[in-house]
Amino acid sequence: MTRPELSISPPRRGLGRRVLPYAMLSPAVLVTLAIVFLPMLQTAWMSLHDYVLFRPNVFDFVGFKNFKAALQDEVFWISLRHTAIWMAATIPAQLLLGLITALLLNQEFSWRPLARALVIIPWALPSVVIALMWVWIYDSNYGIANEFLLRVGLIQKAIPWLADPQTALAAIIVTLTWQGFPFFAVMILAGLQSIPRSYYEAASIDGASTWRQFWHITLPGISGVVATAVLLRLIWVANSFDVIFVMTGGGPGYSTYTLPLYAFIKARTNLDFGYGSAVAVLFTAMLMVVVVFYLRRARNAVST
Amino acid sequence: MSLRKRSRLNRFLVVELPMLAVLTFTLGPYLWMLITSLSPQSTLFTQGPSIWNATVENYTRLFETVGFGKNLIDSLIVATGTVVVGLSLSITAAYAFSRFNFRGKRILMLQFLLINMFPLVLLILPLFIFMRRLHLLDTHIALIIANSTVAIPFSIWMMVSYMNGIPRSLDEAAMTDGCTRLQALRRVVLPLCLPGIIATGIYIFITAWNEYLYALTLGGREVRTITVAVQTLIGEYEVQWGLLTAGGIVGALPATVLFLLVQKRLISGLTQGAVKG
Repeated sequence: MTRPELSISPPRRGLGRRVLPYAMLSPAVLVTLAIVFLPMLQTAWMSLHDYVLFRPNVFDFVGFKNFKAALQDEVFWISLRHTAIWMAATIPAQLLLGLITALLLNQEFSWRPLARALVIIPWALPSVVIALMWVWIYDSNYGIANEFLLRVGLIQKAIPWLADPQTALAAIIVTLTWQGFPFFAVMILAGLQSIPRSYYEAASIDGASTWRQFWHITLPGISGVVATAVLLRLIWVANSFDVIFVMTGGGPGYSTYTLPLYAFIKARTNLDFGYGSAVAVLFTAMLMVVVVFYLRRARNAVST
Repeated sequence: MSLRKRSRLNRFLVVELPMLAVLTFTLGPYLWMLITSLSPQSTLFTQGPSIWNATVENYTRLFETVGFGKNLIDSLIVATGTVVVGLSLSITAAYAFSRFNFRGKRILMLQFLLINMFPLVLLILPLFIFMRRLHLLDTHIALIIANSTVAIPFSIWMMVSYMNGIPRSLDEAAMTDGCTRLQALRRVVLPLCLPGIIATGIYIFITAWNEYLYALTLGGREVRTITVAVQTLIGEYEVQWGLLTAGGIVGALPATVLFLLVQKRLISGLTQGAVKG
């Protein structure tokens, strides 16, 4: 290297250093803009139009007509109610079962690594396969659910779980609990392991009972993880409808419709993309309340 | 001695027995599916699923008559393509987030976090129209693009967490020795976080392999991934549960095996941020 070059390079390097992070980020940012944010704006735009796919040349601006129609649509309110019931039942069930599993996995026993690995399996399975195996379990003639409950004596005759509007939603809630509780178990276990052992030692020297230790050390220790996990799960459970779609397709009747499923079916079956988009936008707006709570927590994680 | 015996019994009753119950609930449905898939179709409904006269006839039918082989290849192409796109775009981005302070960093990071929060249904409708306009419907590329909407932000977040675990002083040492930034990234940071990259790649693979709604909407005829094929089976072979469950096992197997291989590293990456937050 010659001397003149050296004297030029510092300012150039400074500029380079300022531009470099943006240059490194730009591929990812540009691609996500193109395949995520632009399409989302397009959904919002479509929701303001009459747009039915079998009349592709009609794309009339209709303002909030689709939204008004949705709010007067009985199925919209049924779907909203199911979404609420579904989340209010599934998340606490997943959390409770996950907490119990995490507490068990945090104990010492010889086959703990094996148990920890096996417990996560439902999480790795494709939702279609999950739906398939639970449809088989719930089968009204040959399903093992009926056979088991009949033998134990909890029911007197076989129940067509997924074909009966009274039981279909509950049956799906059980399936989703099964699918989602390993996530809570894993998250809470990580939280449990971050609590210093010395806290428990000090507490037991002071004579605190197991229950009091749980209440005053364990619960405060994992509350942060639990809150994050619940928010994340709320968002995911609300968004996912593939298991329901395969298990019942929303039926019988409208008894397992949820909002995202309704939007999807409107677009897929009726090809009504304008109306489907409007339902999707309304649903997203509701979900954003949860997302804001989550982002508040995540922001703290980002800044540290 | 008797005290120790009692505490072992106690442990069994309080810890191991409930754990067994949880595992039965967790694995039961899966094992039931496995047993059903091994039962001969002819006796499935008369005698119920059993492993006493286990057979692979359902599996051979799956590949010979139904043509599951092609579906597996479609899934493989889509999942591998998503891994390549997801990882290649996110490595430099994650490095920038992990090593630099710059204006707009927080906003950009939150943007990537936010992407995964939006409902899929909001994206699937415009992507369908987008792909139709570009004549990409029913191609592998369409599914790779759709899966990348999830894979890119996810892998950026995972990689940032792995790269943060590698001391900055290592890059700086490399740069004092004459490396440029990009060389420091390639020669020092990347080799060190290779295990993390592999875990992230495998997780993307699993997610893309398991994905169903995009595969159904944007593909389905020419390009039919394994998940769509399984769902089609349900419609076409409604009561042939031996065949259906065999399809389920084949569809689930790659993801399950991969997941068990990397679960430890993956989980430490996933939970790190949450525990801190």
